[in-house]
Amino acid sequence: MAEKLDLSMFVERGAAGASHMTLAVEGVACAGCIRKIENGLTKLPGIIDARINFTQRRLAVDWRDGEIDAAGIIKAIEGIGYQAHPFAPERVEADDSAQAKWLLKCLAVAGFAAMNVMLLSISVWAGNVSDMTQETRDLFHWLSALIALPAAAYAGQPFFRSALRALRARQLNMDVPISLGVVLALALSVFETATHAAHAYFDSAIMLLFFLLCGRYLDLAMRRKTRVFAGNLASLKAEFAHRLEASGELTQVPVAALNPGDRVLVRPGDRIPADGAILGGTSEIDESLVTGETLPRAVGAGTTVYAGSINISGALTLRVTAAGAGTLVEEVQRLLDKAIAAKSQTVRLADRAAQFYAPVVHATAALTAVGWLIAGASPHDSIVIAIAVLIITCPCALALAIPAVQVVAAGSLFRAGVILNGGNAIERLAEVDTVVFDKTGTLTLPEPGIDETTDIDSDILERAARLALSSRHPLAAALARRARERIAYSGAVEEPGQGVRAVIDGEEARLGGAKFCGLAEPEQPTAARDSTASFITFTRGGKTATFAIRQALRPDAIAVAKALMGRGLHLIVLSGDRPAAVAPVANALGIGDWRAGLKPAEKIAVIDALQAQGRRVLMVGDGLNDAPALAAAHVSLSPVTAAHLTQAHADALFLGDHLKPVLRAVVVARRARSLMKQNLALAVIYNALAVPIAIAGLVTPLIAAVAMSSSSMLVTLNALRARLAADGGLAPAAVDRLPNPDSNGSAMSAEAASLSSVPFPKLTAKATPRPLLEDISA
Amino acid sequence: MNVLIYLVPMALLLGLTGLAGFLWSLKSGQYDDLDGAALRILPDDDIDS
Repeated sequence: MAEKLDLSMFVERGAAGASHMTLAVEGVACAGCIRKIENGLTKLPGIIDARINFTQRRLAVDWRDGEIDAAGIIKAIEGIGYQAHPFAPERVEADDSAQAKWLLKCLAVAGFAAMNVMLLSISVWAGNVSDMTQETRDLFHWLSALIALPAAAYAGQPFFRSALRALRARQLNMDVPISLGVVLALALSVFETATHAAHAYFDSAIMLLFFLLCGRYLDLAMRRKTRVFAGNLASLKAEFAHRLEASGELTQVPVAALNPGDRVLVRPGDRIPADGAILGGTSEIDESLVTGETLPRAVGAGTTVYAGSINISGALTLRVTAAGAGTLVEEVQRLLDKAIAAKSQTVRLADRAAQFYAPVVHATAALTAVGWLIAGASPHDSIVIAIAVLIITCPCALALAIPAVQVVAAGSLFRAGVILNGGNAIERLAEVDTVVFDKTGTLTLPEPGIDETTDIDSDILERAARLALSSRHPLAAALARRARERIAYSGAVEEPGQGVRAVIDGEEARLGGAKFCGLAEPEQPTAARDSTASFITFTRGGKTATFAIRQALRPDAIAVAKALMGRGLHLIVLSGDRPAAVAPVANALGIGDWRAGLKPAEKIAVIDALQAQGRRVLMVGDGLNDAPALAAAHVSLSPVTAAHLTQAHADALFLGDHLKPVLRAVVVARRARSLMKQNLALAVIYNALAVPIAIAGLVTPLIAAVAMSSSSMLVTLNALRARLAADGGLAPAAVDRLPNPDSNGSAMSAEAASLSSVPFPKLTAKATPRPLLEDISA
Repeated sequence: MNVLIYLVPMALLLGLTGLAGFLWSLKSGQYDDLDGAALRILPDDDIDS
């Protein structure tokens, strides 16, 4: 009986039996793909509309119920040759999209007003030195007011609101001086216009808003782009569970649709979809994603298991339990809450600058007014000059200095395969001086691979790998990834718990346990001989080969560790795995500080102790047990294969089998931070030059316009250097194409097949932890 | 200078038309898929030969 697929959680029901669904589509790369999918779908009965958003690689489908269903649509897309994954839109994304539209509207209004007001202003500047009559000048000023006042009231909202929020919280941010400058400039201009004065600053106020809105919009656009990409990745990785209905039927449902109390069937080789208690069946499970422990654990009826573990040998029936019922999850959640509460709010560089800048600027303006009064100027002139000081110091360049760099740096990180979750992660990444790595799935590849140290006949390997294609066992899956010809042998039979056999070219071949392959007892590899590997044996026509399957280091882990240390970072490995499994990894990487067998609370204790010493810790981890440590660290990174909860608490995710994105993240962030500081310095130099002119009372609207636009251009151009430096000389990561998920739902294993992996050296030298860790051990 | 009486309002009106056009295009979703729009003009299969 074919298993039913229930996708109702992704479908929005409209009026009159119409339904709508959004799908993330893989492999859409050209105009032809768009046509093929859209035309192929609209030809089907019941489809009302199908439209691809190429920028987001998403497909929106509308259809009439009864004529076709969600599963049918996905099958149809597969028939056309593309993989589509149903997509549950997130709230943040919708909020961002609305925010971006609003900013763009403000930008359009400010742009329109800036152009027209500048047109009038230039006429006035030209007229002031030639023969303009006072009546014409007043007319032009009033016209400027007519355009600028409503435009500023509308386009200035993003700044006014943010400034009000900050003031209510009794804080200062950059928007406070901006709002004050704009409002005062406009008020002064209206007053000057009413008193027939020669100068009005409408153009300065509105141009300031235009420049700043450009910066805001670009910042948001970059964040939206990464968020859309992360959303697609999540839907690609979304897993399905086999739910046992009361009738005994099996239904395939998305994991997110599982409720406590549901019964779920977990087949060998499947990932356990939710936390739960085992109702029936016995098996071994690989909990490396949960605890970091690489040795499988035997489980049976009554055992509590956690989402993310891999079922190795037997089919299990599971009752899904609510979160919190499991001891480990409860503990992790409790530690997480504590870590988040304890984490001091790091003050952004921009806000720190604002807190220093705003009082200085306002004090300077006040002193200027007082100074001119004492010097004998009229109150009107003193106030005009003071406001001119405020306008000229209005932090146009300062407010662009940091966002501009952030946009460019986030862009080059995105191309390097690093997806930022938080806005100020770049600044915190740049401050890091200690990097703490988890072992399993972080330093090592998330999935085990075969050991390459022993010579294996490539012909035997190919046959074994192709035979492994017919098995669901996780060890076989590691072998199967090496198959060059990805066609399973016909007639292959899997004997549950033992292995696979097939007849290849007239001779029987077997793949599985040593006993299954007829190996004599003394020849059998045992855990005692090598405790860090599992073994799988292949035999055909009297020839036998044994493959060691183990967690392999990420291909570039050693080089990256060396490069990180070369940049003055202190590296530490904290693992939940056994010491015997951690020591070889730490040795291979040349990391002296390592600790094994840590519980989540102990990982936090180590990180807290490091931070108490004044160290800024970057935590890189993927397991559920790492989540609290990620939240406690100064900044954190997770591979995209990490547990869901862990990803949610990481500041950034990195893609691919390589560890290089970690290095790139640190390098780009440091570069970005130095550019931010340069930009701040440029803004300060600009002020140092412009402020004396303003205090002397020599600033005309013309000077203000030139000074403001040139300083803004300067910092923006300087920010672009972040891209040149970050992208130069390094191969771009293939972020634009979406990764292929395999049947286990891991996004990157397709790439794993083509990459050679570095095996661990044998456990010979015993490493001793260096003093730093012993000092701080809890 | 009397020419300004109708030149300035005309200039403003033209500018406002442009702004209204932009706001309309934004509202009708023309900026939602910029990369896609660039590709969609390439295939010729909408032309009846």
